[in-house]
Amino acid sequence: MAIGTLPVPAVARPTWRTRMHEWLDREQNLGPLFITPALILILLLVAYPFCMALYFSLSNAFIGRPSHLIGIRNFVNLWQSDAFRQTFQNAFVFTGAAVAAKVVLGISLALLLNQQLWFKRLIRGAVLLPWVIPTALSTLGWWWMFNSLYSVVNWTLIALGIVDPPGPNWLGQKYYAMTAVVLVNIWRGLPFFAITILAGLVAIPKELYEAAQADGAGPWARFCYVTLPMLKGVLAIVILFSTIFTFSEFNIVYVLTHGGPINSTHLFATLSRQVGLESGRIGEGSAISLYLFPVLMFVVYAQLRYVRKQVN
Amino acid sequence: MSRRQFWNRVLMHVLLVPFLLFAVFPFYHMALTSLKSDRELYDRQAVPLLIRQGVTLEHYTKLIRESEFLTWTKNSLLVTVLATVVSLVVGTVAAYALARLKFFAVGSFGTGIFVTYLVPTSLLFLPLAQVVNWLGLADSKWALVVTYPTFLVPFCTWLLMGYFRTVPKEVEECAMVDGATRIQALTRIVLPIAIPGLVCAALFAFTLSWNEFIYALTFTSSSDQITASVGVTSELIRGDIYFWGQLMAGAVLGSVPIVILYVFFLDYYVSGLTAGAVK
Repeated sequence: MAIGTLPVPAVARPTWRTRMHEWLDREQNLGPLFITPALILILLLVAYPFCMALYFSLSNAFIGRPSHLIGIRNFVNLWQSDAFRQTFQNAFVFTGAAVAAKVVLGISLALLLNQQLWFKRLIRGAVLLPWVIPTALSTLGWWWMFNSLYSVVNWTLIALGIVDPPGPNWLGQKYYAMTAVVLVNIWRGLPFFAITILAGLVAIPKELYEAAQADGAGPWARFCYVTLPMLKGVLAIVILFSTIFTFSEFNIVYVLTHGGPINSTHLFATLSRQVGLESGRIGEGSAISLYLFPVLMFVVYAQLRYVRKQVN
Repeated sequence: MSRRQFWNRVLMHVLLVPFLLFAVFPFYHMALTSLKSDRELYDRQAVPLLIRQGVTLEHYTKLIRESEFLTWTKNSLLVTVLATVVSLVVGTVAAYALARLKFFAVGSFGTGIFVTYLVPTSLLFLPLAQVVNWLGLADSKWALVVTYPTFLVPFCTWLLMGYFRTVPKEVEECAMVDGATRIQALTRIVLPIAIPGLVCAALFAFTLSWNEFIYALTFTSSSDQITASVGVTSELIRGDIYFWGQLMAGAVLGSVPIVILYVFFLDYYVSGLTAGAVK
């Protein structure tokens, strides 16, 4: 046998299977493939409806009728409606009061939860409960608690001697109704604040407190000069998140008051549903819901610009 | 524990009591009302905080016999399970791509997901109702299966991205050096490590879709298509007479699936709640 005629093993031609595997192993192929389903979903059911909302808001769309573009007339005309002006004011009162209360109560509750406790799991479980139960259903419970004849809230307040019988008609009087709606929002949103702030508290290094104590700082000074500055990042995120979700609240108002009495608790979401669906004026309804947009933009901007940078 | 520490700890528990009462009382009162006889319920002299004249299940039996409550619950389960599974799969692959792979425009897509995550459902329900009509899904529970992933997918993606980033890159690279393809590395190495994250995402997706209200209220209305939340809040309220016992029984039963999950997976809820916001 002559040298140089060693048999060359036949190279198997790559099957389509191996070729597909090779193709998929490249990041610039697999990446786009993996995000395609999410991308299609977002384009079709978020971006496209959003553009439709923009179009509707600039048109005189009415259910079951061809529509024409009318420019920004919807946005302008809304200001002549008492219901809208009231809603605009309500949205800020509601969000301001609810978020402020949730911050203060959330910090207090988180500080308590961060202590040595005997029934830690049970207590955390109870605190978080309002957040996991369907809001529409738990709000029904509150609706019953505020019932004009059988209100357990009034019964308790009367029994404690805080109000005189028969007590306020919670959902039938302007300011009381707003108080009730804010209260339920606080009730439902507090767990999110408390648990997230608690996570922030746990992350603060113990040495900082020890150093502050060594320098003679009392509990209040430690809270002001150690705890609060260290919580700044977490607080900013929680407040931004909560602002957008409180501002766009729907469930609580819809179930508790339907926006009444006389629009005094309407928020953008509930008014836009009433105008856009119940009265069929889709154009006007879309314009109302788009008043949520500037706040959304602000929150997105702030989150992307400041908060994420700080955390990273 | 010194004496001072002991009393300090007692004081902390005492300070917690108002918060706990505030959190739990509405559920206590709800359950109490659903178990009270009508006679005691509408007796204005009775103490509303207790049951003195006997416990009754009559509101529950009436709710199940006289309303379509079981159908609503079945609808809720179907929609929730399907939407959760779809969102979890779509969210997992997207999160993996965003956390691990380098490709064209990956950064801006990540930002896009985050922005979508912040868009409230109450901004989009009007035009989405039109889209649902065009898809031929008006007044059908399938409209909810299709639309719920719009808020579940961004959430799952965001949550899972965080979890995938905690899996060391080296583990995956080792497997690939040993001849595994990238997809094998994902299914056999990364996903098993990220199981706590997947459980967390599944739980939250389940909870968010079970609790969803505005889409369900807008896209469905027939008694055989609506979900439990919509059924209890709209169908049980007939005219001006409210059947409070039945309403509260519906609210209690409609919360049961979530409470069961919650009792078993409390720690996942706590970690997911903070991860979703802070990561």
